[in-house]
Amino acid sequence: MTTRYFGAPIKRNEDKRLLTGQALFVDDVELPGMLHAAFLRSQNAHGRIKSIDVSTARARKGVVAVYTATDLGYYWQPGPLLVPPPPIAGIVFNQRTQVPLAKDKVRHVGEPIAIVIAESRYIAEDALADIMIDMEPLPAVVDLEKALAAGSATVHDDLRSNVAAHVRQTKGNYAQAAAKAHCIIKRRFLYDHGMSSPMETRGVVAQWDARAGQLTVWDTTQAPVFVRNGLAGMLSLSERQVRVIAPFVGGGFGPKIMMFYPEEVLLPWAAIKLNRPVKWIEDRLEHFFATTHERSQIHDAEIALSSDGRIVGVKDVFLHDTGAYDPYGLTVPINSQCTLLGPYVVPHYDSIFTAVFTNLPIVTPYRGAGRQHGVFVIERLLDFAARELGLDRAEIRRRNLIPPDAFPYNNEIIYQDFAPLSYDSGNYEPVLDKALALIGYKDFIASEQPKLRAQGRHVGVAIACYVEGTGIGPYEGAKVQVQANGKVSVATGIGTQGQGHFTVFAQIAADQVGVDVRNVDVVTGDTDQFYWGAGTFASRGAVVAGNAVNEASKVVRQKILKLAAEHFECAEDDLEIANGEVSIVGVPGQFIRLGELAMRANPMRGAVKPGTEPGLESTQYFGPPSGATANGVHAMIVEVDPDTLMLQVLKYVVVHDCGTVINPLILAGQIHGGVAQGIGNAFYEKLVFDDEGQLLNASLTDYLLPTSLDVPRMELAHTVTPSPLNPMGIKGAGEAGAIPVGPLFAQAIEDALGLAAQNVELCEIPLSPNRLWELVGKAHSKS
Amino acid sequence: MKPAPLKYMAATSLDHALRLKADYGGEASFLAGGQSLIPTMNFRLAQPAVLIDINQLSDLAGIARDGQTIHIGAMTRYRALERDPLLADALPLMTEALPHIAHPQIRNRGTLGGNLAHADPASEMPAIVVALGGRLRARSAAAERWIEARDFFVGPLTTALHDDEMLVEIELPAPVPRSGSCFMEVARRRGDFAMVGIALMLTLGKNGDCSSIRIALCGAGETPVDASDAASGLIGQPIDGEAIGDVAASVQQSIDPPGNMQASKEFQRHLAGVLVKRALRAAWERATHG
Amino acid sequence: MDSEKHDIVVTVNGMRYLRQAEARMLLSDFIRHELLLAGTHVGCEHGVCGACTILFDGHPVRACLMLAPQANGHEITTVEGLAPSPDQLHPLQQAMHDKHGLQCGYCTPGILMTMTAFLAEHPVPDEAQVREALSGNLCRCTGYQHIVDAVLEAAEKMRDVK
Ligand SMILES: Cc1cc2nc3c(=O)[nH]c(=O)nc-3n(C[C@H](O)[C@H](O)[C@H](O)COP(=O)(O)OP(=O)(O)OC[C@H]3O[C@@H](n4cnc5c(N)ncnc54)[C@H](O)[C@@H]3O)c2cc1C
Ligand code: FES
Ligand code: FES
Repeated sequence: MTTRYFGAPIKRNEDKRLLTGQALFVDDVELPGMLHAAFLRSQNAHGRIKSIDVSTARARKGVVAVYTATDLGYYWQPGPLLVPPPPIAGIVFNQRTQVPLAKDKVRHVGEPIAIVIAESRYIAEDALADIMIDMEPLPAVVDLEKALAAGSATVHDDLRSNVAAHVRQTKGNYAQAAAKAHCIIKRRFLYDHGMSSPMETRGVVAQWDARAGQLTVWDTTQAPVFVRNGLAGMLSLSERQVRVIAPFVGGGFGPKIMMFYPEEVLLPWAAIKLNRPVKWIEDRLEHFFATTHERSQIHDAEIALSSDGRIVGVKDVFLHDTGAYDPYGLTVPINSQCTLLGPYVVPHYDSIFTAVFTNLPIVTPYRGAGRQHGVFVIERLLDFAARELGLDRAEIRRRNLIPPDAFPYNNEIIYQDFAPLSYDSGNYEPVLDKALALIGYKDFIASEQPKLRAQGRHVGVAIACYVEGTGIGPYEGAKVQVQANGKVSVATGIGTQGQGHFTVFAQIAADQVGVDVRNVDVVTGDTDQFYWGAGTFASRGAVVAGNAVNEASKVVRQKILKLAAEHFECAEDDLEIANGEVSIVGVPGQFIRLGELAMRANPMRGAVKPGTEPGLESTQYFGPPSGATANGVHAMIVEVDPDTLMLQVLKYVVVHDCGTVINPLILAGQIHGGVAQGIGNAFYEKLVFDDEGQLLNASLTDYLLPTSLDVPRMELAHTVTPSPLNPMGIKGAGEAGAIPVGPLFAQAIEDALGLAAQNVELCEIPLSPNRLWELVGKAHSKS
Repeated sequence: MKPAPLKYMAATSLDHALRLKADYGGEASFLAGGQSLIPTMNFRLAQPAVLIDINQLSDLAGIARDGQTIHIGAMTRYRALERDPLLADALPLMTEALPHIAHPQIRNRGTLGGNLAHADPASEMPAIVVALGGRLRARSAAAERWIEARDFFVGPLTTALHDDEMLVEIELPAPVPRSGSCFMEVARRRGDFAMVGIALMLTLGKNGDCSSIRIALCGAGETPVDASDAASGLIGQPIDGEAIGDVAASVQQSIDPPGNMQASKEFQRHLAGVLVKRALRAAWERATHG
Repeated sequence: MDSEKHDIVVTVNGMRYLRQAEARMLLSDFIRHELLLAGTHVGCEHGVCGACTILFDGHPVRACLMLAPQANGHEITTVEGLAPSPDQLHPLQQAMHDKHGLQCGYCTPGILMTMTAFLAEHPVPDEAQVREALSGNLCRCTGYQHIVDAVLEAAEKMRDVK
């Protein structure tokens, strides 16, 4: 290989279309005769539907159809369980998945009850107001602890309680070990995550071509292959009759991989039934209820320590809000449970969680996917432990880091990919050192902070560490082909939502096949181009699909060399591929273009010999044995106005190890975006529900996404510990930016306001000026 | 999130607009910048049957000074106000507040008249016109009248305008010499409605004592809250740390903030006190040195 | 009540269009689905996200907060009209590419329209001004840093040209 795109900050292939307004998003699909759908959604969090009258709506001019659950007949089925519970002994799991349209009961605000299909979205919305619904309100289950109390209303009538799952995982023997520990620190933590709020909401367009017997669905999904296979099954079509296209997708961050959303099930069905294309584009208001959330957990956690600050063990008992249904299984709470262990040696661990049904929108993974919750608990416990033992916050972390010679490091408990939680590789101390150096930790504490404090400024520093399980299986595939025009096409099954797959896959292929990176066309998310694979989630796209691209490209390279060797009648070793040409080393002017070779590989005369295939093409699959673990440290200096409790981040540092880096520019972007979402979670974004399960701030005016003034400039640095689990040594990076921001904010604010001296501890996320004032401000306002 | 059906008419003159309004009354809404009206229509919280677009009425846009009085046409956009040197010179209080309203894209459309007619108690401009002691000219097809700013806002999103009236002009007195003003707010993000905001006008006597003080708060009540009475204890007094603290405490006591999504009543009250102190110091500084 | 239709003559990116639209149709929908200029995106329909920002008579505004008939007789520029030619990008588009200022690209058209207008008025901006000007456009992917870098670089390049 002559060119090395791999590892270089290559600019993105997909940009030009996006920058000039020529990229196709789902709502850009325009089809002749297209109809538009709107959903009547429940206003109640919990209620029994007594009757629905859609006759007036059906009669409205411009309305084509109105359907309720009863109109669906046998098509009405609860959705599939996406991820079954892992094989953990003694596990309790109650599977209750969402339905296309609520039939007898509604279980959260926004649950769809009826679909209106009309000539325009405007008319469809008009008709929603025509539908009469007689609903008997039921008491809403909102609070996690009350949900489990005797006498609580139940979200699912056929269950005796609101327990969705109960899981205990242990390592060592915590109780025994803790009995001998120097001290035990115990706290209650509340961590609430929010909504992924991609700038593009969800949308589906479905078109049925009756003559061809072909269904085409444009969907903002992160997992087009699964959607195709599922739809084919539900609609009794063969898979080849269904084409699912996830075109350009305006951000996903997790919830766009949830399936099947009711709209995904209903639009194709309606398009077939009406034999007309139908479009549904979720509006921002619907998005707040109809797209999944990630929300709160309450942890009662304790850490047992030796007198020198080493972790003896951790015990954690937590409640997890899964919302009205649990189609995504236990991924989120298992992530919390596993990620809590962090980069630290925790010899004894006892973790028990209960997932709880509530009358709130469904919870599925959102960037971080429960990891934040676990990281918050351990990082805060270490802060309090440091205080208790009179240790420096960085020092207590350093003492507990897993040493570099301990890898692979087996944490014994089962991870979300059903394999034991084993860290493949890592070297944690240099990451911590680099972060401390970049933030100027020592100097800040020794001189800067006292100086600023003397000027009356309230500044604080924080550091937080994390380990992130990434790149989990099962597998992805890729088809790489040299085309007659000399370009290389790469097709994979994953959807892409801005992660730069068009470029990183091109880099991988370009290096192997020897073409300019701009001459690699990547197709993702079109099941007619590639129909095997799982999807984009858990920071796995680059790792799993990237390795598949690499494998397929290697085979294509071999085919190129073999064919060119025949052409030149020379040995393969004498050949080199570069700039889209194969040439004989040391013989100038002797070359053949890849496009021509591709044509020769599919000759009109001269049959393909036995044992050979036409074309310069290969399809390969990659499935890692288990997930690769990335790790990192974030550090921050913050200034707080003690009167208004508004804060300003003065400096932000991320040091990260995600193995071999494919494209540092894209990696930086991923981290920046993750941190921004972490900041949103830590200080801005809060879903506010009342006791009736009504969301009180369902608008972007009131649900605060951070702006360019709220996200600081970030300084990034990397260390590289390649993963042994894949030939390229890469680890995922999609979620790392978001994970440790909560504990970082809590720690920095405590430091800035000197809260330790006032016995105030910040044990919850999100924080806000108002909440800080409630927790601490009263003491200050007296000043 | 699409508006309900409606009839749209672009008025070609003020008379035309007023005639239409007289005909349709409460059924019709004027469409000025649309920056409050259209979002509420998109949520279908407002469903006006008729929209009378007054964007073509260029006579209603403009800023003029006539002696000690500043006249601002109702259709003057924030964009024009922000960039107007006359306004910056005559009414620095208003100029200081403008950048806190939303973002440039919204200020390029939004109008002062539309903002005041919308009467959002959390909005900046109502507090400004109250603090400045301005008055507003309302017209109907049949008549015209002036309404004092403090009487104009009667409740959340409710004004003293009648169904057939349009707000056409805002008249504001320029501050007398030795005055200083200050606008400040605490908002979660740039451009958000404030948790609490304060507009303060201070005038000093020859001896440096306070000769007059006006304070209006946004976000602190059902309408812009005129807290001038609560601050009146300062009049005739020298301004020092203690006096400033007293004013803040008195204002805090006088208000009854409603609480909102970002701030509880108690926090709002606390912030109001913080802002009174900060704004009073700044205004004092400006009155003394400006 | 039926919404009556209005004739709308509008110049978009230098091209004149005549279309009919219902009075209540949002200008964002009109541009996207009637004029088929789908580069202008819609993220919230209540004026907060900025994805729908267009230039209306030269100034950035929210297309989701105007009605289609209001465009009658006016001039609009959308993202499709920004590049001087099919094979040349506007300096800001180029800088966004060079600095990796976009990920999913959904917010990008609105950001380009906002910030090109900003650069026209502020040829020598500093980072704080850029961040302030950008604060009315939400981006959920990038954390803004690369966008800020791109705007600063575009400003520099545009000054060099002059
Ligand atoms: C994202 C966003 C953020 C915002 N942030 C803020 C903020 O921080 N602070 C703030 O103050 N505002 C904010 N606003 C609102 C903005 O200031 C509005 O522009 C303003 O409130 C209304 O002015 P308008 O000209 O757009 O009025 P319109 O929306 O056109 O009209 C508002 C109301 O007033 C009526 N009306 C309009 N003109 C007249 C008239 N001349 N006579 C009688 N009635 C009339 C209309 O019929 C309507 O009922 C924000 C808006 C948005 C979209
Ligand atoms: S769609 Fe117009 S601002 Fe969000
Ligand atoms: S790049 Fe995705 S929202 Fe900005």
